[in-house]
Amino acid sequence: MFREIGLIILFAAIIAALGLVPRIDFPFLGGVPITAQSMGVTLAGVLIGARNGALAAAVFLVAVAFGMPLLAGGRGGLDVFTGPTAGFLIGFVPAAYITGVLFGALRWGVFLAALFAAFIGGYVVLNMIGIPVLAWVTDKSMREAVGVAAGLLPGGIIKAFGTAIIAYLLAGMNFGRN
Amino acid sequence: MISGYLSRQTWLHRVPAGAKLLALAAVSFAVLPVQDWRLLAGGLFLVVALAGILGTDAFRRVLLLRPLLPLLAVIFALHALAGDWQAGIGSVARLLMMVMLADIVSMTTTMQDMMRALMPVLRLLRPFGVNPRKVSLAVSLVVRFVPLLASNWEARSEAWRARTGRKQSWRLVAPFLAETLRMADQIAESLDARGFGRRG
Repeated sequence: MFREIGLIILFAAIIAALGLVPRIDFPFLGGVPITAQSMGVTLAGVLIGARNGALAAAVFLVAVAFGMPLLAGGRGGLDVFTGPTAGFLIGFVPAAYITGVLFGALRWGVFLAALFAAFIGGYVVLNMIGIPVLAWVTDKSMREAVGVAAGLLPGGIIKAFGTAIIAYLLAGMNFGRN
Repeated sequence: MISGYLSRQTWLHRVPAGAKLLALAAVSFAVLPVQDWRLLAGGLFLVVALAGILGTDAFRRVLLLRPLLPLLAVIFALHALAGDWQAGIGSVARLLMMVMLADIVSMTTTMQDMMRALMPVLRLLRPFGVNPRKVSLAVSLVVRFVPLLASNWEARSEAWRARTGRKQSWRLVAPFLAETLRMADQIAESLDARGFGRRG
């Protein structure tokens, strides 16, 4: 039970530390940054399981809400939860959870299972929550917002591969699926 | 670590954190259905004026919302292209108003006060198995571990550069995470040793 708390805290810290990786802003993405943090979320789901991964994402968000500048680009505080990308942040929790559930359920070998789980959790689920919120907060039409999701696709694929490679390497060290 | 907190005391620092959070929530909900751009621009003016009353340092920090600028420009451009520049001004003003107001609250509330004010909210989640004390312990530990993990990564990266003469590599990721997973056991042991599992 304590080990679980330790894992949750450390993965929340890893998600936070990934905020030190510079974020990439493309104008055509309407201000939705490409960050390494959403990869940390899927990594948490794959490596420590659905429930613990979701808790790690939640602890991270609570820390952000308390005003720690942990988001990529040094942002934090309550304003990120009233801003246009709030949906992507809230989506971290279900993204980690669904990544973890899928990874646990699939029996395709670590690499393929992690790749698929991370793509569904980190791209599909995250955008299904983030995009409607973006459209709603900015008064854009859903079609324009879906264009943003299409622009995020290459990054989503790269991040899913990143998670899969890391999971594969860790599995070789007996730290992966146990 | 640097947070957005404004160290100089202002009158808004003395307002209870709970009241500030409630006001922020109330304004955010009230402002969402408003469509008239003149009302929204007026609201934005009031928020900017509030920052101005707090002092020049607060005013300057509120204006430091640079990451949002491209987004706001895109939103305005989309509305303007659709021939409705008034809706564009409205959306931009509404967003800026909500973000600035939240920023002002974060700026004038210490992390302890924020935790204490959010405790009742966390308590509401207790039926779902959320323990508020565990949450605040976890958050403070996260804040501690971010710089620790960053320095661990830096140490590995330095060792790699010293031994290979090349730039840091993705190869460092797996051993770094393996070590981090091992650290979870140490945290577990130290929490246990300090009696955090006991009730009370």
